[in-house]
Amino acid sequence: MPWTMPSVTATPMPTELERPELDEITSLDSPWVTLVWNDPVNLMSYVSYVFRSYFGYSTRKADKLMLQVHHDGRAVVSTGSREEMERDVEAMHGYGLWATLQKADT
Amino acid sequence: MSLDQLEARLLANLAAQVAELVRDGSAEPVGPQDPLEVLVGLGEGPVQPPDDPVLQRLLPDAYRDDAEGAAEFRRFTEQGLREGKVRNALTVIESLTAGGMTQDEMQVSDGEVDVDLDADQVQAWLRCLNDIRLSLATRLEITEDDDRRSAIPDNDPAAVLHDIYDWLGFAQETLVQSLGD
Repeated sequence: MPWTMPSVTATPMPTELERPELDEITSLDSPWVTLVWNDPVNLMSYVSYVFRSYFGYSTRKADKLMLQVHHDGRAVVSTGSREEMERDVEAMHGYGLWATLQKADT
Repeated sequence: MSLDQLEARLLANLAAQVAELVRDGSAEPVGPQDPLEVLVGLGEGPVQPPDDPVLQRLLPDAYRDDAEGAAEFRRFTEQGLREGKVRNALTVIESLTAGGMTQDEMQVSDGEVDVDLDADQVQAWLRCLNDIRLSLATRLEITEDDDRRSAIPDNDPAAVLHDIYDWLGFAQETLVQSLGD
């Protein structure tokens, strides 16, 4: 059957679209991240061990993150709420790693 | 793990130094203290970062761009972190003593110190060795591309510290490897 185009009535586009502010939505449960920073002292094997031991990451993932820290200067090692990230940072400091937390989108 | 008496005493000495530093440099509260918080055991107002560069590295800021957040974090965590580091250092010293380390300087440094570590003690050793290395590296200003060692004369005290630093790195590496996968 041949397709015929229905008649279309043009309606003017609204000049402004209403949408909620992106900041308001994301700030309510904006995830936080834990960053581990490179330093010349920590042994690569030790850093990898900490990631396996504390986070339960596989050797592969732990090594990957460790190499990221080593080559890029830092890596995101976990995400979650602010409270969770503070716990992780505290744990990292206990191991002697240098870690900070920040909002995921900063 | 086997060490000779000199190595053991050196390690014990370094561990004790870390404990002293961490214990003595306890945070000074800033501002008036809330009586209820003192009761509950928080005891401190917002806390400033340490002055000593070694402590700054052992107890770094948790927030890069938020001094208030960092102070609050210290307020809740610093005491516990300090106590943990002191406990780890004491564990190392106790292990060495249990392994046969003597403190008697008159005694000929004879006999190995044989250290047997359970899982908890291994954790303490790993963390304490790390703390000692961080302290030494801060004092020696060790950076990533550290080939300055070859430029230091062997009789320079800094050379000795460098060698100790390397030896401790080897010891820590051995411990990590022994934990396996």
